[in-house]
Amino acid sequence: MKELLLIAVGSAFVNNVVLSQFLGICPFLGVSKNVKTAAGMGGAVVFVITISSFVTGLIYKFILVKTGFEYLQTIVFILVIAALVQFVEMFLKKVMPPLYDALGVYLPLITTNCAVLGVALTNVQKSYSILESVVNGLATAVGFLVSIVLMAGIREKIEYNDIAPSFKGTPIVLVTAGLMAIAFFGFSGLI
Amino acid sequence: MNKYAERLYNGLIKENPTFVLMLGMCPTLAVTTSAINGIGMGLSTTVVLILSNMLISMLRKIIPDSVRMPAFIVVVASFVTMVQFLMEGFVPSLYDSLGIYIPLIVVNCIILGRAESYASKNPVLLSVFDGIGMGLGFTVGLTSIGIVRELIGAGKIFGFSVLPSSYEPISIFILAPGAFFVLAILTAVQNKVKAGKKNQVQKTEEQGCSFNCASCGNKTGCKEQED
Repeated sequence: MKELLLIAVGSAFVNNVVLSQFLGICPFLGVSKNVKTAAGMGGAVVFVITISSFVTGLIYKFILVKTGFEYLQTIVFILVIAALVQFVEMFLKKVMPPLYDALGVYLPLITTNCAVLGVALTNVQKSYSILESVVNGLATAVGFLVSIVLMAGIREKIEYNDIAPSFKGTPIVLVTAGLMAIAFFGFSGLI
Repeated sequence: MNKYAERLYNGLIKENPTFVLMLGMCPTLAVTTSAINGIGMGLSTTVVLILSNMLISMLRKIIPDSVRMPAFIVVVASFVTMVQFLMEGFVPSLYDSLGIYIPLIVVNCIILGRAESYASKNPVLLSVFDGIGMGLGFTVGLTSIGIVRELIGAGKIFGFSVLPSSYEPISIFILAPGAFFVLAILTAVQNKVKAGKKNQVQKTEEQGCSFNCASCGNKTGCKEQED
């Protein structure tokens, strides 16, 4: 139990996926214009990463290791993730239309979100068990959700500020991200 | 200028993936803590890019249009796996310092972007040159960001101390926040240059678009806008 908690806090805050590992930078910068869409994207990522950690964990343990094809992990994982995202999309559309309406548009964008593949590969690298993988995936995704929502909140405020013309748009967002990364250093004492 | 040299010029300068298109931001921020890491990442991406462009261009008449994205991903992932093993075998120290970012070359939007927008429509040799140009452009971008960060953050370039020992390294530049700050200044300078050139306000939509890996990898809409 203690290990699981350590993994969760570590992946969500100390090694925040966006601010210290730089995974998923593209949606972090692209879909953080307002809090609502940011939360939608974050929610979709939480959903997909948690499921994909479970599925890739199962596939690695029970298919790739058993057959000795561990070296195919990158190819297998990316295909599994792409298929999974499609599947989740269809499933949500059929079974949970309200959730689909909230997350639907973000789902196709997730296939190329490097955080998803990154988490799957980290799970294998650190040889986590299936349960640990799921916890790690969920915590990483929550870290993504927290940082993208925070960023969107700040960006909504920045809109009204007077910024030097050449810093408008992306540069000021990057500066903000840098400051957030410094703030997240504060968590490093936790573990 | 013949069309092969034009592809190199296009990748290195006109459509430089790091400075102009701003693609592949994840590795750009993550591995540029030193110049040598920047070169390593740039060159491994270049190799994958050349090989995948070549194979996709060869197969462009065979791959059915409806399954082209999965097909591209399989091609790219195979080459990435090969490069990963070669690096593990021959440059283990670089392999360790780049770590998880090597397999993540698969989801680098430059590679899928070039496959989709160039290699799937053009002959083999041109696609290879496009890969070389884009790859070298990416390498130059990563290396120069790496040099800046290493110089300010550690007082070294390629591991050699160049600044006098009285210089106190600002170590934040080789830590995570430094990556954001360097890139912020870089894009600000670029905005300034663009604003001076065109004398018009930058369209924010364009930026959001080029930043979004997914839409660039999956849809050509973004690309066409940039071309």
